[in-house]
Amino acid sequence: MAESGQLLPDPKGVRRLIRIDTVTKRYPDGTVAVDRLSLEIPDRSITVLVGPSGCGKTTTLRMINRMVEPSEGSILLDGVDIREQPVNSLRRSMGYVIQNAGLFQHRTIVDNIATVPRLLGWSRSKSRARAMELMERVGLDSALAKRYPYQLSGGQQQRVGVARALAADPPVLLMDEPFSAVDPVVRKGLQDELLRIQDELGKTIVFVTHDIDEAIKLGTTVAVLRTGGRLAQYAPPAELLTAPADAFVEDFLGTDRGIRRLSFFGTEGLELKRAPIVTVDTTAEEVAARTDVDDDVPYLLVTDRDGRPLGWSEPAALAAGPVDVARLLPHGRPFRHGGESLRAALDCAVLSPTGWAVAVDGTGRAVGVVSQQAIGEAIRTAHAERTTGAAGDDGSTGGGALGDADAATGAEVAG
Amino acid sequence: MNVLHFVNAFFSDSAHWHGYDGIPTRLIQHIRYCLIALVLAAAIGLPVGLVTGHYGRGGNALAFIATAGRALPSFGLLVLMTIMVGFGLVPVMVPLVVLAVPPILVTSYESVRSVDPSPVDAARGMGMQESRILFQVELPVALPLILSGLRSGAIQIVSTATIAAYVGIGGLGRYVIDGLYQRDYEKVVGGATLVAALALATLAVFWAVARCTVSPGVRRSG
Repeated sequence: MAESGQLLPDPKGVRRLIRIDTVTKRYPDGTVAVDRLSLEIPDRSITVLVGPSGCGKTTTLRMINRMVEPSEGSILLDGVDIREQPVNSLRRSMGYVIQNAGLFQHRTIVDNIATVPRLLGWSRSKSRARAMELMERVGLDSALAKRYPYQLSGGQQQRVGVARALAADPPVLLMDEPFSAVDPVVRKGLQDELLRIQDELGKTIVFVTHDIDEAIKLGTTVAVLRTGGRLAQYAPPAELLTAPADAFVEDFLGTDRGIRRLSFFGTEGLELKRAPIVTVDTTAEEVAARTDVDDDVPYLLVTDRDGRPLGWSEPAALAAGPVDVARLLPHGRPFRHGGESLRAALDCAVLSPTGWAVAVDGTGRAVGVVSQQAIGEAIRTAHAERTTGAAGDDGSTGGGALGDADAATGAEVAG
Repeated sequence: MNVLHFVNAFFSDSAHWHGYDGIPTRLIQHIRYCLIALVLAAAIGLPVGLVTGHYGRGGNALAFIATAGRALPSFGLLVLMTIMVGFGLVPVMVPLVVLAVPPILVTSYESVRSVDPSPVDAARGMGMQESRILFQVELPVALPLILSGLRSGAIQIVSTATIAAYVGIGGLGRYVIDGLYQRDYEKVVGGATLVAALALATLAVFWAVARCTVSPGVRRSG
């Protein structure tokens, strides 16, 4: 079995592979929401179901916890048909997060989170202690515990929704468009938080979204569904971007999939030029000496005494006298060398008025500059490595590292 | 002679405060009828309304029953019941209950049906049984509306229970009916004032009950 190789061993020795086996959902009026869908959901990773509205992604998710019963086919949990166990105990073993959080407005935040432990018969104090623990885990201030849902922002409510789903420590988490009702900034925060939590907890997550960017960012594996409930492609995001199965998937990925794929390549390999960096107190003579050394850089990057970038300047202007910081060309957003992807580096270069991107280290000090050409070179090299190297078993990137597309994948690409 | 003078004269007459026709006796009788009628009406209206509201079915049938109930004249029903079963508490209770069931039934149905579906979906997805969903998720949120249905039922019972005196039993209606026969307008106005005051007291009781039972999380958003 191809997938089993990439699964991390479960510390408890339990394998909870969710298998969707040729499942069809047909409604009495003849509408087919899901059509002979088969999926193997790998353990301890995020599987994203994505597609346009009416593709049956939510129906598929809801069949896993039997909120919807399939018309044909079966779903296996740990090799056992999910219909073998009582429906409520099945549901209690799976965390469930929905779009608007669906909090109980009459209960305080801590009691909302304690819902499933209470259903499982835990004592009130034990449930609350567990709820407080989870508030911390999802990044909620414990001062919010005694508040009611209406007193929280949409983003905070959704965090409570996630905490509530995690409360009884279920091995499986079902998430139905959980972040689509919040604004983009909050959504990005929630996505990062989910990846962080997943890094710590290693749940088997099935995540539904209509947003392909979200799917690519979060998914270890992405299932693209087409209208009518048919599976179009099931692959890790990098493979999806490299080799879309057909015109539908390609169209769904959008026009800039080449650019987006760069998210999966790191920036360690970029060759940085240190020569054009000068500190603000460099004298005119020193500047003159530097430009002699590196003729092909038409600009110099001026930094403060600590090495933080201030802006670009023409060498002639620097040679003429003391630096006027206010008259420097803006350096734009720098990228973190090694920490961010080629996509971020390219974006910085494109936005920079000089065409050169500024690389900084973790503390914000400039470590070098790189041109669009150099980035283009790195992209070609990275592509070449990808196709010759690990084209066949690209699934190896699925161990969880792929999750944070912007930060985590760099390491394996550079090597 | 104005109404306030009647009121003053009625309440300052110490004879009205003692004995089987005294204000305390009549008030307690009236409250007793009202409570029995309200409990019976709630026992019929609440379960039916809550369950149909939870499953979201039967709304049309409920609307029909409610309209029919409202269309029945209480006084006519009282006379009819007295002719059929004779004097006593039963013929009084029937029109009062018939009067109070529709608002209780319709508001409890509507209030549960209009609860935001997403917490209900979340509760079901977390493995909560249907009865728990009704009592722990829907009911607390629907409570303000349910109480308002009970309140309007109660107010109608309080004012209509006055007619009980017509078929020879007690309550504040005695003052109104007897006063009319005796052309003792002081008594009529006094009795009517007591009924009105009891209705206001009922409002106050429901307000207090809502304060104590409705969660602050619901009160603010409702």
